[in-house]
Amino acid sequence: MKAPLSWLKDYVDIDVTAEELQAKLFSCGFEVEELIDTGKDISGVVVGEVIECTPLEGTHLSVCKVDCGDKGIFQICCGADNVKKGIKAPCALVGATVYATAKDHVTIEGVMTIKKGKLRGVESEGMLCSGIELGLNEDLYEGAGYCGLLLLPSDSANGADVKPIVGLDDYVFDIGVTANRPDCQSILGIAREVAAVLGKKLKEPDYSYKAVKGKYENIKISDLAPDICPRYIGHYVTGVKCAPSPAWLKKRLALCGLRSIGNIVDITNFILLELGQPMHAFDLRTICGREIVVRRANKGEKIITLDENEFELNSENLVICDSEKPVALAGVMGGLNSEIKEDTSEVLFEAAKFARDNVRKTARALGQHTDSSALFEKGVNEYTTKMAMDRALHLIEELNCGTVTDLHIDVTTPYSRTECKKMKVSVSQINALLGIEIAAKDMVKILKNLNFKTVLNGGDLEITVPDYREDIDGYPDIAEEIIRFYGYDNIKSTFLPSASITNGGFTEEQKAEQKLKDCLVSKGLYEISSYSFYSSKDLDMLHFAPDAKERNAIRILNPISEDLSIMRTTLAPSMVGVIVRNLRRGNMAGKLFEISKIYLANELPIQSFPKEKPVIAIGIWGKYDFFDLKGITESIAENLNTEFEYEPCEKPFLHPGITARILCDGAEVGYLGMLSPEISEELALERFAYVAEIDYEELTKHAKPFRYVPISKFAEATRDLALTCDISVRCAEIEKEIYSACKYVTDVKLFDVYIGSQVESGKKSMAFKITFTPKDEPIETKIDGFVKKILNNLKYKLNIDLR
Amino acid sequence: MQKKIDEIEKSIDEAVKDVQSSKTLQEIKMRFLGKTGEISALMKNMRDIPPEERPSMGKILNALRQWTEEKFSALEQKLKEFELKRKYAEEKIDVTLPGKSTENGAYHPNTLIKNELISVFSGMGFEVFEGPEIENDYYNFTALNTPSDHPARDMQDTFYLSNDLLLRTQTSAGQIRVMENKKPPIKILSPGKVYRSDDDATHSPMFSQMEGLVVDKGITLCDLKGMLDEFARKIFGDNVKTRLRPSYFPFTEPSVEVDVSCFECGGKGCRLCKGTGWIEVLGAGMVNRHVLAGCGVDPDIYSGFAFGMGIERIAMLKYGINNMKLLFEGDVRFLKQFKG
Repeated sequence: MKAPLSWLKDYVDIDVTAEELQAKLFSCGFEVEELIDTGKDISGVVVGEVIECTPLEGTHLSVCKVDCGDKGIFQICCGADNVKKGIKAPCALVGATVYATAKDHVTIEGVMTIKKGKLRGVESEGMLCSGIELGLNEDLYEGAGYCGLLLLPSDSANGADVKPIVGLDDYVFDIGVTANRPDCQSILGIAREVAAVLGKKLKEPDYSYKAVKGKYENIKISDLAPDICPRYIGHYVTGVKCAPSPAWLKKRLALCGLRSIGNIVDITNFILLELGQPMHAFDLRTICGREIVVRRANKGEKIITLDENEFELNSENLVICDSEKPVALAGVMGGLNSEIKEDTSEVLFEAAKFARDNVRKTARALGQHTDSSALFEKGVNEYTTKMAMDRALHLIEELNCGTVTDLHIDVTTPYSRTECKKMKVSVSQINALLGIEIAAKDMVKILKNLNFKTVLNGGDLEITVPDYREDIDGYPDIAEEIIRFYGYDNIKSTFLPSASITNGGFTEEQKAEQKLKDCLVSKGLYEISSYSFYSSKDLDMLHFAPDAKERNAIRILNPISEDLSIMRTTLAPSMVGVIVRNLRRGNMAGKLFEISKIYLANELPIQSFPKEKPVIAIGIWGKYDFFDLKGITESIAENLNTEFEYEPCEKPFLHPGITARILCDGAEVGYLGMLSPEISEELALERFAYVAEIDYEELTKHAKPFRYVPISKFAEATRDLALTCDISVRCAEIEKEIYSACKYVTDVKLFDVYIGSQVESGKKSMAFKITFTPKDEPIETKIDGFVKKILNNLKYKLNIDLR
Repeated sequence: MQKKIDEIEKSIDEAVKDVQSSKTLQEIKMRFLGKTGEISALMKNMRDIPPEERPSMGKILNALRQWTEEKFSALEQKLKEFELKRKYAEEKIDVTLPGKSTENGAYHPNTLIKNELISVFSGMGFEVFEGPEIENDYYNFTALNTPSDHPARDMQDTFYLSNDLLLRTQTSAGQIRVMENKKPPIKILSPGKVYRSDDDATHSPMFSQMEGLVVDKGITLCDLKGMLDEFARKIFGDNVKTRLRPSYFPFTEPSVEVDVSCFECGGKGCRLCKGTGWIEVLGAGMVNRHVLAGCGVDPDIYSGFAFGMGIERIAMLKYGINNMKLLFEGDVRFLKQFKG
């Protein structure tokens, strides 16, 4: 929201600097996001009167003597075509700063400092300036659009600073207005807050006008969609004289970034800025049947808006129609067919309230966002709707550009809200919420400054809320109004003196997850956090089949881009993506993990809350191999006090010979494996990568509670066995056999595998360290028997020999 | 006999003169003091000596033995020290060679901040509650006093999954679920991922929030300030102050924006605080009465406050991270720095 200081001063006697006002606005909840100094780049430019002007022969230049009052008289060479003796123009003295322009004298190319110089051998002590060189345009200052010298009023004092004369001493506050204060999306709304924060009286704009009575042909207005158009006011103005707007009006619009179009349209735009009420003016010639119908558009109905875009509409869109056709897209933009032309002589002004969500939907659906739609989306109040019409008619009178008739049609509907809200709140309630004691009289004073009619009755405040404050709803809103002016600095720190004691902390599940993360970090893994969404291309990257269950992903209806358009069903693509990124950045090795959710739909497209399942993903690459990864998954099992079994399996993106599924108590909980060389090649990876994914939710079901087992009085014993077996026999089979052969075996660890000339071909040697744990008696003497039994079993079941 | 003894003494002296190792010394010792050693042999010969000479002879022999034993024991001691020195010299290593212990990993900065926040607030009696990331319109908006035509819906661009289901835009959604199921007193923290359709250097379509909610009898705005003061001191440092200023959130009234005094410059103004001396860290306010009532909590009996902060924002401020993207890229050069 842009508010020029000069404009605010129309309504409030502001006696503080722009910076001070900025701080005051900040304290009452209006953050000035930018304080724009309109003349910040201009300095050292004074009024100069050309007292001598001699053309420099053979050039387009003139050598001038310029009288700059108390600054002195300077010789200045000037190339402008309108330089002549007797004129007054902005004179940039040596050391002054102005905008540098390109050869076209129009395009600004930065700021320059004026130096003493020579032009065609003639000394020049300064520069006479155009409006453009001061950053002005025709709307901001009359004559400033011309690319010759800017002519200043002849009564300007020589040597005086030009900035106040041309309006470059102004400031524009760019204010962030919160969504609850649509009433402050206007200069007047901000002025009300400024008045309250400075403790000054607000000078209301002049809403008066004199309607000229006459026998005018009636205009009929019907509102067929009162739920989305609760109020519609039309007023007939005749004898319209379309002309350019006066300088003051153009300047106001320009300071807020709007271009002047012509007096009638400018008046509606001025009201939009001043009061925050979008208005519209129809050329009555074009309105068939002198009739306005507000209704939902018919499906397929078309309109061409003022910017010459054609839209096809449906019943979600509200249109303003005449007896035949749509003439405006309500709240968004007028129709081209009813626009004000130079020869328009009869105008119907519209001030209405349209429902904010309807305008928003239409603006979004059609991609047609305007200043008007922005205001309606935020919310317009009906009090302002009425005032806006009065103000517009006042301006018609002031600009003398039409006859205001007494043909005024005000359509109110059951949805219209015209009564002021009245409420009773207690002083103690407010203080109880805030936690401090504010005196009732201070509350009354603050509320009165804000235009809330307030009467103190015993311990209660009887309040009439201003019409434009639709956000005020209950006593907390009143408390907020009071504290934001009383000052948040007065809020003291207390520490829940009246609250009950509660016992806080993590749940057991959260503690378990944290413990698992501790474990992974201690194993040298870095935790990552990747986006919960990716693209179906990421699933393609990992060669998931078209009918793979991972393809049943939930789609985002309005994704930021196709790359982030489906909710992930597996973390593997994200993990591989991170590995790829690391390798491309030259990080040749790494170990990463992530514990995040995957999202599994019950049906597609989804209609019910999907399953959100936490999953552990691990990715390692570079100097690590499959067994490093398996070491990590083993640690996870240990951390949950459970055990994993591994079986060979296949995944579309993993090496078919270097992949295992992970089982826990017989249930599949995940997989691990090497990224397939095919995909590695497609991704141009310079190192092998390994990925594991474990269903954390499933896994936690298999976590075993920790239980202490008394230690034996007797020492454990170990034996190393080197075995020879067929190359196809898997380690897990041998381990299982050893365990089942002897109940005293508590640990079996492979420590060597050998395949080569020292063993028969087709055979391998595997060496295990076996731990025997005694129970109630020593077992040292029995161990040879155990070993014999183990070897017998291995020989019998797996054809394994002692080497 | 005396001659014999002198010879033995002499030969002992001779034998040990150049001894370098304990092992050799032990052999020499055995030659003289072992069971079949020379001194033992003399002892055995006592039988052949006339009985009257035996006592004096015994004395002499015992003296010899004692002398010999002492001699060897002294030598052993000396050799041991010598050998130890040599061993130490041989075993000397370059202590500046790199250590062998396995490298530690690190938590994601978000986890570090999240855990730090939880530890601050759980000490004040807050439980942790994590709600679903996929929410419906009711929990994310309507129950938070943001009906469908509310302009505040535009404050957060929402990712929709169906007409009704969406990716939550705020962890506040979880508060409703807690209040529906738990009677006051309530003190909960809900950390988690949230999603908004926004993507630039300071915004990410996915980020994390930490929401806090207190509902009990007699809770005031001063209590909110007191709790946030404590939070600011614990997270940003002892001298850090907080400042409240008016703001707007549909689910709180009054609503405030909370700034902390700049912990980099102490409030004098620097680049971090853009010269203002203050840094915006979170939004907060007194829970809106409609929100309480909608969850079945009587707003005439109970009041409460809520606050919410962006975890990435706190992480970026605390660690001086200038681009939010870094938090989601998983670059090991970035992650490695958070070991401490």
